[in-house]
Amino acid sequence: MRILVTVKHTPDLQSQRSFTDGAVTRTAEDGSMNELDENAVEAALQLVEAAGEGEVYALTVGGADAVAAVRKALQLGAHHAIHVNDEAIAGSDVFGTATVMAGAVRKVHAETPLDLVITGMAALDGLTSMLPTALAAELDWSQLTLASGLTVADGEATIVRHLPDARETVSAPLPAVVSVTDEANTPRYPNFKFIMAARKAPVATWTLADLDIDPSAVGASAARTTVVDASERPPKANRQVVTDTGDGGTALADFLIERGLA
Amino acid sequence: MSIAVLIEHHGGQVSRPSLEALTLARALGTPVAVWLGDEPPADAVAQLGEYGACEVRVAVIGDDARLPAKAATAVAAASADTSVLLVISTFVNKEIVTRVAMSTGAGVVVDAAGAELVDGRIETTQTVFAATWDVRTRIETDRAIVGIRPNTTQATSAPVAGDATVVGVEVPLPETRERLAAVEPVPEEDGVPLAEAPVVVSGGRGTGGDYTLIRDFAELLGGAVGASRDATDEGWISHEHMVGQTGTTVTPALYVACGISGAVHHRGGMQASGTIVAINMDPDAPIFEISDFGVVGSLFDVIPQAIERIEAHRES
Repeated sequence: MRILVTVKHTPDLQSQRSFTDGAVTRTAEDGSMNELDENAVEAALQLVEAAGEGEVYALTVGGADAVAAVRKALQLGAHHAIHVNDEAIAGSDVFGTATVMAGAVRKVHAETPLDLVITGMAALDGLTSMLPTALAAELDWSQLTLASGLTVADGEATIVRHLPDARETVSAPLPAVVSVTDEANTPRYPNFKFIMAARKAPVATWTLADLDIDPSAVGASAARTTVVDASERPPKANRQVVTDTGDGGTALADFLIERGLA
Repeated sequence: MSIAVLIEHHGGQVSRPSLEALTLARALGTPVAVWLGDEPPADAVAQLGEYGACEVRVAVIGDDARLPAKAATAVAAASADTSVLLVISTFVNKEIVTRVAMSTGAGVVVDAAGAELVDGRIETTQTVFAATWDVRTRIETDRAIVGIRPNTTQATSAPVAGDATVVGVEVPLPETRERLAAVEPVPEEDGVPLAEAPVVVSGGRGTGGDYTLIRDFAELLGGAVGASRDATDEGWISHEHMVGQTGTTVTPALYVACGISGAVHHRGGMQASGTIVAINMDPDAPIFEISDFGVVGSLFDVIPQAIERIEAHRES
């Protein structure tokens, strides 16, 4: 079983999360992988462990900082790490990013065939969960997205996906691109042995030239959308917080009535 | 300019967000409704006309509409002569439009709160980073696809109804590797679906698993019942109710958070709501930082009193 997992370096949202996780203290360094990608790494490790053989590749695309995301994957137990870093990639939209990732997947696949690419369901820093579909379409591989359950047998992957109106079971032959939700599993914590090993583990660093990708096909100039304005929302004005001393419900009701909401 | 609108429908009924999208489409050009699945009933077609659809393009593809690659082929064919495609920003529609964009070269913005024409290009507004930033994006391509969030446009019927001429879309669907092995419908609850609801009342850990008051309050306010990840993980309520970045993103006019602390993932799924009200025992709960009105107290005291007050007000 050979699986490539895509991981993304995202701004550290996890600092708040680490409080609720109780005993485990995460450092800034290991809080740098998109949290939903942990489910992807976990799904890959579980499949390889169940198969009793195989390898997990962690792939990230981004600037110098992005290497932290694949280091985190190594700490969790991934066997190989790949970092695609090229100035021309900056500003890529989802289609440009999918082009770069597909190039890296093809390069690995050409050396030794992969069975699966597994991704998280979305990036928590604002991307749109379009990437897994774009990657499957770009590679022309099976698309099995939003999996809350995943099994692989007899050259076929089967997922269960929970949609608002139905629970679907979808099967497709390998190789497949699978995106897993945070319901799919409970990610493990980094293993001390792997943490030590991850520090010294080699990370393959590739550029667009290594992937045979024309730089003009990606990056900001190829992006189909442009952000023309971005501004931080002001904090809510006139916030009121009252402490219930026996009439909190009435106060809440009066607020809703005043606003025409009740 | 023709604006294609992919219609969401449940049991032959047009969803309210689809009427919002038709309303938005009228501001951009002439709406053309696109309907996938089974044949639309006559009253649905009439309603689409009432909201301005000049045509209803129907691709009768049954459950194939559930496979993104097939649905994308049908949508691309049905919208081939239009310059803008509007869809409701659901997980499934994001998959469909990604493939439509890859086959047509269209630029895409999803999770948008609005769209307008500026100098011949579509510009969208949306909130990002858990609704802490406002962003305006221009789609640079001739063809544009916009995924619009529910409750971001007020649905109004057209001053002059559209003809709603039904046009069949005949399109050979591609063979796909993916096949549907099973489809198990989720039992429909009474009331409005969570993503579309104008009011959402959510319960979290503070409910202790008892949703009676949450349901009562939601019913009183004409809203849907939501939940935090904690509550769905505990099995207190089904996953379909989960509000959050990985569950359902909601943007109702009113969001009432009861016994929910407001972890970042929950906030990401509801922070763009119009008015936010919170009830929590912990005065330091982060939910209060984004609330217009908060009560530090027990939801078991506060909700019954609020219900009583509102009922008394309505009777007076």
